[in-house]
Amino acid sequence: MTPLVDIRNLSIAFGGVQAVDDVSLDLYPGEVVGLLGHNGAGKSTLIKILSGAYRADSGEIWIDGKKATINSPRDARAYNIETIHQTLALADNLPAPANLFLGRELRTMFGFLDDSRMESETRKIMARLNPNFRKIAEPVSALSGGQRQSVAIARAVYFNARILIMDEPTAALGVHETKMVADLIKELKAQGLGIFLISHDTREMMELCDRVSVMKNGQLIGTERVEDVTEDDILSMIIMGKKPEKAA
Amino acid sequence: MNTSDTSAAAKSKAPARPRLADTLELDTRLLGMIGAFIAVLVVFNLLTDGRFLTPRNIFNLTIQSVSVAIMATGMVFVIVTRHIDLSVGALLATCSAVMAMMQTAWLPQYLGLPLGHPMIPWLAIGAGLVTGAVIGAFQGWLTGYLLIPAFIVTLGGLLIWRNVGWYLTNGQTIGPLDPTFQMFGGINGTLGEFWSWVLGIVATLAALGALWVKRRDKLSHGFPVKPLWAEFALGGIIAGAILGFIKILNSYEVPVARLRREFEARGEVMPEGYTEVYGLPISVLLLIVVAVVMTIVARKTRLGRYIFAAGGNPQAAELSGINTRLLTVKVFAIMGALCAISAVVASARLTNHSNDIGTLDELRVIAAAVIGGTALAGGLGTIYGAILGALIMQSLQSGMAMVGVDAPLQNIVVGGVLVLAVLIDIIYRRRTGKG
Repeated sequence: MTPLVDIRNLSIAFGGVQAVDDVSLDLYPGEVVGLLGHNGAGKSTLIKILSGAYRADSGEIWIDGKKATINSPRDARAYNIETIHQTLALADNLPAPANLFLGRELRTMFGFLDDSRMESETRKIMARLNPNFRKIAEPVSALSGGQRQSVAIARAVYFNARILIMDEPTAALGVHETKMVADLIKELKAQGLGIFLISHDTREMMELCDRVSVMKNGQLIGTERVEDVTEDDILSMIIMGKKPEKAA
Repeated sequence: MNTSDTSAAAKSKAPARPRLADTLELDTRLLGMIGAFIAVLVVFNLLTDGRFLTPRNIFNLTIQSVSVAIMATGMVFVIVTRHIDLSVGALLATCSAVMAMMQTAWLPQYLGLPLGHPMIPWLAIGAGLVTGAVIGAFQGWLTGYLLIPAFIVTLGGLLIWRNVGWYLTNGQTIGPLDPTFQMFGGINGTLGEFWSWVLGIVATLAALGALWVKRRDKLSHGFPVKPLWAEFALGGIIAGAILGFIKILNSYEVPVARLRREFEARGEVMPEGYTEVYGLPISVLLLIVVAVVMTIVARKTRLGRYIFAAGGNPQAAELSGINTRLLTVKVFAIMGALCAISAVVASARLTNHSNDIGTLDELRVIAAAVIGGTALAGGLGTIYGAILGALIMQSLQSGMAMVGVDAPLQNIVVGGVLVLAVLIDIIYRRRTGKG
């Protein structure tokens, strides 16, 4: 089976700091791959290359067995790669529909923005993702952390993503909302999406992911199937930067 | 603007009954600004024993506001994207110089068009628009691509373009400008009674039609709509405002001496008891067209959506695939083109080009946008707000002049009002949580 995404030997440096150092990683349809590591380990930088925000110094990205050129967020979207950034990347002064369709606005036949259609589509998807969501017309700055998060998630899910990148999707959420995101991840996975998930919560990662990859100082320490390792093994990989003893 | 107390009080109560402004879906901030504007007009009218709100003075107020108001609409885009343009007054001067030289020297000398040729004003205006847009785009490129702060680029531009204008004309005042060109200035180009009414009625029908289309669109998507009576009330207010404004302008009669001169120029004798009114000035019509186009751009096009998104969160805009650098170039190019349009109005009003045209306009334009609710932090601002801001400033200035306030005190008051308006706006936003 060809991997959905095949990252080969990616490297990027920012002024002498090797943020991502020769990292290779793959992702299959219907799979969740977790990225773990300390702050500054290079997880966010790696997925920002995949989502087109940064350009790698070297290395290749293959999608569906074909070499992909991703030089901008627009390119990434063309490959059906959607990203939920850690910062959510919402324009706080605009309401939910404008954010959901930012960069991909629906237009009328005269080329003007079709705000009614965008609003009605937003209502539809929010009814599915977060039934309590009411503030359609208000700027997203007026929304709670969980509601803002669901706008960012809706944006990624709406456009039929095949590859979903979620950078700390539950960091700002309460218990109930965290569970909603976990359920959503399972649902999307069942639909055959490939998901890269970044989180600091090792237990959550053990529950949601099929495989976890650990990074430290820009390098990939290793990728393990979750059933082969314990939470302690993962923690020691994060802290020590070494693979667990397989013999144990 | 002074509605912040009442709206905050209403927010703290349980939302049992929707407020009138909410039912009408009116922007409370717009209501505040209109309230402030009306207060200014009424106070000065009382202080001048009714001389302030005469058709003649209202006519003059509007034509004096046009040049600054046109540029203020562009300044909204500039400030919304977290930039500033200090060069608009100087750029106006350069555009004005180019257009004046085209009319009086370059076209007659190099293209051999005789003075008064019907193509002259249009070629001149075209050249002015290109000049403004290209210089604006260049400044936008310096800001967007070379990452020089807009404050510095346009501070440099303020010195540069003012004096490029000087060199183009060798420092001379150029005039008189082409008679057709002068029609864009105000008093020398008005629509007269009949066409003013026609335009007023067309505008009213268009506004009512837009309301109706919007309601039908909302209903077809199953969105909540306001009650029908509210729809009719709003339509009535809009129709009344448009037609009332036309009525006032149509009450300003052309002085008899001027009419007699016009008849004599045509070799005719003026009939006894003949009168004529000015009606809507073409410059004001130009401002209305600019306002409508800029509002549509702001609300109904991708460009406008991206301008506000980039102003609200530049990183988010980039991650959404928006080319924010090119966006900066476009915003400054629009600003430049609007400076050229204002240059047409300003020089046509004076009937000539002089070196000091547009001096200090950058401050008036920025003040109009800011009084109109444009936030310097970016992401927030409206076109109608900026125009209202320009009208408020001009009313204050002419009102004080009419009352006989000393010139230095006039500037002190305008400066104070600017700071106060922003303070009220900040308090309003903090209490309502909007922005």
